[in-house]
Amino acid sequence: HSKSNELKEEITRVLNANNPHAPKNLVRYSFKEHFYKPVTAVDHLAVHFALDGNLLHKDSEEARRLSLFQLPTGMAAVKNPGILIWTTTPVEDGGDSEETGDEDKPRSASSKRRKREAKITNQFNFSERAGQTRNNPSRERSCQTEPPPRVTFSGSVNQWEIYDAYFQKMQNQDIIEKRKKSTVEKKDDFDVKKKMMMELAKVGEVAMIIERMVIQNTMDDIAQDFKYFEDASDEFRDQEGTLLPLWTFQYEKARHLTVTALCWNNKYQDLFAVGLGSYDFGKQEGGMLLFFSLKNSAFPEHIYSTASGILCLDIHPQLSYLVAVGFYDGCVAVYNLKEKQEDPVYKSTASTGKHTDPVWQVRWQNDDMDSNHMFCSVSSDGRVVTWTLVKNELMSSDIIRLSVKGAPSDGSDGSQLPVISHGTSLDFHKQIDYLFLVGTEEGKIYKCSKTYSSQFLETYDAHRMPVDTVKWNHFHPKIFISCSSDWNVKIWDHTVNTPMFTFDLNSPVGDVCWAPYSSTIFAAVTIDRKVHVFDLSINKFEGICHQIVVAKKTRLTHIEFNPIYPIIIVGDDRGTVTSLKLSPNLRKKPKSKKGQELPKGSEAEVLKMDRLLSLLREPELD
Amino acid sequence: MAGTGEGKKEEADYKRLHSFPLIRHTDMPEEMRVETMELCVTACEKFATNNESAAKMIKESMDKKFGSSWHVVIGEGFGFEVTHEVKNLLYMFFGGSLAVCVWKCS
Repeated sequence: HSKSNELKEEITRVLNANNPHAPKNLVRYSFKEHFYKPVTAVDHLAVHFALDGNLLHKDSEEARRLSLFQLPTGMAAVKNPGILIWTTTPVEDGGDSEETGDEDKPRSASSKRRKREAKITNQFNFSERAGQTRNNPSRERSCQTEPPPRVTFSGSVNQWEIYDAYFQKMQNQDIIEKRKKSTVEKKDDFDVKKKMMMELAKVGEVAMIIERMVIQNTMDDIAQDFKYFEDASDEFRDQEGTLLPLWTFQYEKARHLTVTALCWNNKYQDLFAVGLGSYDFGKQEGGMLLFFSLKNSAFPEHIYSTASGILCLDIHPQLSYLVAVGFYDGCVAVYNLKEKQEDPVYKSTASTGKHTDPVWQVRWQNDDMDSNHMFCSVSSDGRVVTWTLVKNELMSSDIIRLSVKGAPSDGSDGSQLPVISHGTSLDFHKQIDYLFLVGTEEGKIYKCSKTYSSQFLETYDAHRMPVDTVKWNHFHPKIFISCSSDWNVKIWDHTVNTPMFTFDLNSPVGDVCWAPYSSTIFAAVTIDRKVHVFDLSINKFEGICHQIVVAKKTRLTHIEFNPIYPIIIVGDDRGTVTSLKLSPNLRKKPKSKKGQELPKGSEAEVLKMDRLLSLLREPELD
Repeated sequence: MAGTGEGKKEEADYKRLHSFPLIRHTDMPEEMRVETMELCVTACEKFATNNESAAKMIKESMDKKFGSSWHVVIGEGFGFEVTHEVKNLLYMFFGGSLAVCVWKCS
């Protein structure tokens, strides 16, 4: 039973901290003593299990810190003497029924405190949703700009180059200084020249007088004729008279142009304006406005070149320095002779309502209520327009739009556009301010009023060709005259719409004009180079003078009586103006019968015309 | 030695007469040219003995006034070939012995 003895034998085992597996024969090389040395201190620690705890001492710094901000976040503090245990307790849905059971009783104080804490939501009670939006498509854009331009510049510099540069500069400066000195001298020269110019300008007036003196000398016979010659042979002729050619006026640069307008100056009766342009509408080449004086037939007093041909002009009756001009291109312009400038002082533009077709006649009007100057114009575009000279522009307003069928409809509906009647001539009544006549391309003459823009007062079926001129008689308020290329000159009483007199001149009539000194005398030009003068008080059927006044292959275009002297001027298509003196027979005053005192002046003229008219009417009555 | 004395006098004369700025080449606009020239004169007078400082001053001022990337060369003798932006180069002499080249190229 040794076995049982062995069993009985007590074997004492001492538990100690020594690790039985720890090596006992560990050696390590000692560099100090240069041999292997057994290591005595062997680590006996063996770790079998390790777990990090989450217990903190209640009084520790960290616990206090935690308790300050972590209490309300679902962590329940379990009270234990000395140790604060942090556990996470899942909160049920109801929330109120939490923490029941045996724990509740001994820690009533702490549970009470917990109840006061904010209610904690169930952190697992949630649903999650996600969505994805479309990503915006991205786009790439790029561009390249030109780099700033660059150039290369190279050079080298050393002391002698610098020296040379300065040296040259100094020399240049010397030269410049010398030149300056010389220019000062030259300046003196220039001053002298300027002075001469100034003196020349002073001389200008004198030169003009001398020029006139020379002209007077060389043209002495003409001047004498103008003043004193009376055709003695008139006495032996019964009624006929003659025309004596005096000066011819021509300007070299205007030779290729046609005289399209003539107008005497009311203030200086020796001065007249000539408008030059072309009636050949396929060949328009600029125009010219010239002013000639009877005192100097060799050269114009004023010259204005225009881009477009002039078709008409009018000198202001009172302010004789203002000249209204109508152009082929539809513009109207006003020249001021006082201004020393080439361009007109006023010119209509497209924005100020210029005519769209040639302007055939311009006429000055009385000033408006603000004493602005005004004039009227008529054009092929069928408009009669008044122009007001305001400060520095022309203001336009349409008086009437000419249409073929009587009263012009405004055509705003566009369904029936009125057929435009092309105005070619215009004249305002001498006494009745608002009354005026418009001649048209269709041969009709309209009597219009400025106050009624919608209708014509009267329509005269006057001619079968364009009416070239209409003119009121200077004396008789009812009488006007018209002429046309259909060879006819007609005289009208504006209250009757048939002509009082009709004269056939056997050739297209260019222009007709009443004599300023008699109500019964008028003159006309035909393109067969003739001037016709009529005196109705002497011969009601034929003219008392038919005279060819210009050379062959020339057409006469216009005629105008001088307001006081017994002369007429006629213009032709070669840019020449011829002045003619009327012989005594062409300017006869009515003979005074014995014992019968004739009324003077204009009354006599009106009477004379009235007598004529009554003679005309009487046979009709019979 | 009268000759050397005369030579010295001449040199002094030259220095006195030739102290003005002399523009050799520029494509700057009038206003810019005048401003740049004045700046160069001021800088060269301020740092009469130190070209480097003068160049630095000119460069910095030019950068401030007319935008960056200015380059300045100042010296008594040098050769150069530079690419510059058009209307941004000034090459001048100053004080009778200095050459200044200012240009812009970024």
